[in-house]
Amino acid sequence: MTFEQIMFYVLAAAAVGSALMVVLQRNPIISALYLILNFFCLAGIYLTLHAQFIAIIQILVYAGAIMVLFVFVIMLLNLGDAQALKTKLTWQRMLAVVLVFGLLMEIVYLFTMPEATTAVLDVDRSIRIGEVEHIGTQLFTKFLFPFEITSVLLTAAIVGAIVLAKKKLD
Amino acid sequence: MIPMNHYLLLSAVMFIIGAAGVMTRRNAIIVFMSIELMLNSVNLTLVAYSAFLGDVTGQVLVFFVMAVAASEAAVGLAIIIALFRRKQTVNLDEINLLKW
Repeated sequence: MTFEQIMFYVLAAAAVGSALMVVLQRNPIISALYLILNFFCLAGIYLTLHAQFIAIIQILVYAGAIMVLFVFVIMLLNLGDAQALKTKLTWQRMLAVVLVFGLLMEIVYLFTMPEATTAVLDVDRSIRIGEVEHIGTQLFTKFLFPFEITSVLLTAAIVGAIVLAKKKLD
Repeated sequence: MIPMNHYLLLSAVMFIIGAAGVMTRRNAIIVFMSIELMLNSVNLTLVAYSAFLGDVTGQVLVFFVMAVAASEAAVGLAIIIALFRRKQTVNLDEINLLKW
């Protein structure tokens, strides 16, 4: 096994484990910390795909910005163990697990079809694609319009968040 | 050399865990984090296909998905704060004004 393979399988196991812990933990703050661990594992997996830019952005934007927001809100609302919500309706849970299992089978079936997996990783090409230079060039030429729309979306989100979280809604 | 399947299966498993979280948990913030988990697993699929097919479009799309996720997190958490201020709870079973 090469170093790359070992890194992938260790990170994949850690990603699945931390994802499970996010869902199973009672305390939201511990969930949030496991989610950050999951994002770091995913950043490592992006590196095995030679997507350096996406890996860095994953850490900066997801683990850095978005999760800080989550942790901040959890602490602001003081949702500790006291708020551990008791769940009723266990049949709902059972149904959810059954449905989710069906969905998993469907996705696995799709992803193991021969058409989905014939592509072979061309290392030189994938290294070139993952570079900031290449992504930036595409972003500011071919995808310039969506890029500008993104800025409008972010502005709308900022205004919306401030209006919603204001003290008085009148 | 890692086969493409393994990336896709990892992404599928993470998506399913996120979906299970959305359906079974009643804490609004944990439901929200599960949604982030699902978004991330889709990002992994996009990056894997982008690298394997040698097309940069997938990675540019991941960039946009992250922008959408950031704005979604900001607005969603603002909604949760507003709800908590009004009802003193983040339990989704108690937030049922728009249920039938």
